[in-house]
Amino acid sequence: MKISKICELVNGSIVCGESKKDEEVEYAFASDLMSDVLTVRSGNFILITGLANVQSVRTAEMSDVSFMLVCRDKEVTPAMIEVADESNILIVRSPFSMFRCSGILFKEGLKPVF
Amino acid sequence: MLTEYNVEGGDFTRAGYASSQIKKTLKNLNISPEIIKRVVVALYEAEVNIVAHAFKGVISADISNSGIKLVLEDEGPGIPDIDMAMTKGYSTASSRVREMGFGAGMGLPNIKDNADRFNIVSRVGEGTRVTIEIDFAG
Ligand SMILES: Nc1ncnc2c1ncn2[C@@H]1O[C@H](COP(=O)(O)OP(=O)(O)OP(=O)(O)O)[C@@H](O)[C@H]1O
Ligand SMILES: [Mg+2]
Repeated sequence: MKISKICELVNGSIVCGESKKDEEVEYAFASDLMSDVLTVRSGNFILITGLANVQSVRTAEMSDVSFMLVCRDKEVTPAMIEVADESNILIVRSPFSMFRCSGILFKEGLKPVF
Repeated sequence: MLTEYNVEGGDFTRAGYASSQIKKTLKNLNISPEIIKRVVVALYEAEVNIVAHAFKGVISADISNSGIKLVLEDEGPGIPDIDMAMTKGYSTASSRVREMGFGAGMGLPNIKDNADRFNIVSRVGEGTRVTIEIDFAG
């Protein structure tokens, strides 16, 4: 699924990494527990999370994850954007809850990692 | 090639800095992405453990042609029961650590899974030393 389509579906706005908005992603993983995310061997997924801090972006960086969806309109801080830009990570921000984002995207065909 | 990084306990804004630097170094050495991910995931979990559970620590990274050896040595409370700490789901993380997105009790088992060789020694009231070795070939 194209990132721009994901963005539309969750009423989201791209906070950083705009140039990657036409890229495709097949899988998604939703968690607020970063050590849970870090057990996923592949990096080919969008990380759906309610955790908006530098560590969620660091977790994406270490996991080779290029796309993040931050739910519930959590503020994406300048420190997060700095780390994201350095690692070429796109961040989408959505007003919807993690459940709602996941539900919509699952229904539209994004695949679960497990 | 040996590099060292200092880690401050409680400093969550900087946690991951060392892991990020080592990731860049390994990329420049053209190590395969799969191996790099194993190294930085294990290292990041161990780095966050110092930030989350200890007072301060030092990470040393020794990169050779055949692989990487990471030693993370901290001054902190130590681990009374290492078998228990290695159990999936076991965590003593504070509420502050949990708010930062950690405390699932999955870090140490995941470090072990990613490492080719893993060792942990700890003295209660003194500190903990974690050693992670990952080979570049195969
Ligand atoms: N460096 C350390 N110093 C003191 N205690 C530690 C250290 N590393 C781990 N521990 C202890 O071992 C437990 C398990 O560690 P582990 O990394 O598996 O989980 P966690 O850090 O609690 O949560 P997470 O899933 O986010 O890693 C910790 O909760 C803590 O009690
Ligand atoms: Mg941990």
